Amino acid sequence: MKIEKKTDGTKLTVALQGRLDTMTAPELDKEFHESLDGVTELVVDLAELEYISSAGLRVLLSAQKVMNKQGSMVVKNVNEQIMEVFEVTGFSDILTIE
Amino acid sequence: MNGNEKERKSLTMDATTENLYQALGFVDEQLEQMECSPAVQMRIDLVVEELFVNVAHYAYAPETGSVTISIETEGDSKAVVISMEDSGVPYDPLAKEDPDVTLAAQDRQIGGLGIFMIKKNVDDIHYERKDGKNILTFKKFI
Repeated sequence: MKIEKKTDGTKLTVALQGRLDTMTAPELDKEFHESLDGVTELVVDLAELEYISSAGLRVLLSAQKVMNKQGSMVVKNVNEQIMEVFEVTGFSDILTIE
Repeated sequence: MNGNEKERKSLTMDATTENLYQALGFVDEQLEQMECSPAVQMRIDLVVEELFVNVAHYAYAPETGSVTISIETEGDSKAVVISMEDSGVPYDPLAKEDPDVTLAAQDRQIGGLGIFMIKKNVDDIHYERKDGKNILTFKKFI
């Protein structure tokens, strides 16, 4: 998985590329732990994400919990297959998907 | 592979998360030969990942043991039967209660989703404890 970050004031955009699974989810979790301080607007761009498992969902959920306290989080460019996973798990109601 | 001929392949490896891609690679290779669509392949991969990681984390902890993945295909029925066997502690993950997926983020537990995702992505699944082994077998139409 490739993680690309872009900061604009207190807005952080994180673009994910590849697979968000058991092996790669800890990298993203670490990234969020290190980067979310002071962020009020988090954008997670999934345009290039090919696969997400429950390990990946857990990381998105914990980021959502952090952002609920300090601002907002938006997930964008979700492809059809990833969207199916979000829908099955009820994540489509938890996350703000654009 | 012709007609009703069944084909079964299996792979045994150490049940460690480091071997996850080896397990998925093995399954994907068979699915690609069956010209499985990427959407269905992703669903099967999800199930294999959840089951495999479960075994890797819990079956032999804190030791390491082996896991065998088998994939069975039938020539003309468009379905695969995949099973995962370990010789670890008796554990039926299907017996776990489903998480409440209608709860808001603040109330949602981190985790507990894996088994739920498994159930949602297979056409049939069952657990068996046999000869000191945990055997989870699922079927998916492709």
